[in-house]
Amino acid sequence: MDEIISFVVSKYNYWAFIILMMIGLYAMIAKKNLVKKIIGMSIFQTAIILFYVSSGAKKNATLPIIEHGHGETPHPILAVDYINPLPHVLMLTAIVVSVATLGVALALAIRVYHQYGTLEEDEIHSQINGK
Amino acid sequence: MKAIGLITVIICGCLLIYGSLDFPGWGDVTSPASTYLSPYYIEKSIEDTAVPNMVTAVLADYRGYDTMFETTVIFAAGLACFFLLRTHKRKSSTHRLYRHISTGLVVRIEEGGTIPDDTTRFERMDSLWTPYDLVIKTTCRLVIPFIQLFALYVIAHGHHSPGGGFQGGVILGAAIILFAISHDLRTTMNRISERISALLSAAGVFLYAGTGMVCLLLGAAFLDYSALAPLLGSDSVMSRSHGILIVEIGVGLAVMAVMIWLYYNISSAGKHDEGL
Repeated sequence: MDEIISFVVSKYNYWAFIILMMIGLYAMIAKKNLVKKIIGMSIFQTAIILFYVSSGAKKNATLPIIEHGHGETPHPILAVDYINPLPHVLMLTAIVVSVATLGVALALAIRVYHQYGTLEEDEIHSQINGK
Repeated sequence: MKAIGLITVIICGCLLIYGSLDFPGWGDVTSPASTYLSPYYIEKSIEDTAVPNMVTAVLADYRGYDTMFETTVIFAAGLACFFLLRTHKRKSSTHRLYRHISTGLVVRIEEGGTIPDDTTRFERMDSLWTPYDLVIKTTCRLVIPFIQLFALYVIAHGHHSPGGGFQGGVILGAAIILFAISHDLRTTMNRISERISALLSAAGVFLYAGTGMVCLLLGAAFLDYSALAPLLGSDSVMSRSHGILIVEIGVGLAVMAVMIWLYYNISSAGKHDEGL
């Protein structure tokens, strides 16, 4: 019983992010409204960002900012004491890219609306096939 | 379609959960993500760059190429929205309606009449007209300078606390968008026109790439800020810290301008006549 609990505690963050990812993926596939698909894409990107950031955590470690930076360093800097800064850096890029794609996706949705008069995927398909 | 989607998603989720059984535990110190390069970044960033915030040092110095192209990506997003959406203003119908704010009188101006230019006494009524709200306008007018000041603090203090160019740039853009929401889009565009925001976003990217070029012209590698030491008058470690500050300012400028530009184009669907 103890091993099961310790196993679940060490892995449940991955399962939570996988569930979020799958919610986003389902929204992208199965919803018919274009804006709901865009929201699903945003949920998916958020889940990926959380997954990467959580993979950089370390037990009993603090933020990756060194206190008393300038001047003397009274204590040596050990890598065990600070959480991994690399996933944070990569995910800054990912957040910026997700904002950019969200902006362009919304602009495309506005153009689709002006062209077809609707944002529902099946009505757009019937208009394209009917013409 | 929904049933197929649900089955696919459930199968995919189960496969991913099965794959996650092999992952390192949460918070494991010996995980592969924390053992190859990141101890070097943690231990050496302050003696290489004199910047206590390791995330800013890695973002703007060790991985500076990546951040430069990321700034270019956000500039390209602003450009793409501009090219997709921008249209000419439709010549509306013959008359325009203006409302005198203090008395509530509505004036109708036909073609060829003089249009009141003073937006503090007359407001234009469109199909999307919202009433003049004193509480919202005054509150936002009082709060916006403090938001901008805080954003500048976030950019400037990115070396010592969480922050930096992207975060500060977004807060600056949000302050201008708050101004556009509380007043109207026309007032905001009179202060920051679209041409200024486009030029500022390009200037931000240019500042970042230009810093790299100056390093190249001074004889070192592209984006190697220690070559800026004779120009800035400090030793080569402090000049890396100053170089990081310069590129963060460039990034903040570009992000702010693109946020404003995106808001102008998306909220008015390209016509720039009336926002949200």
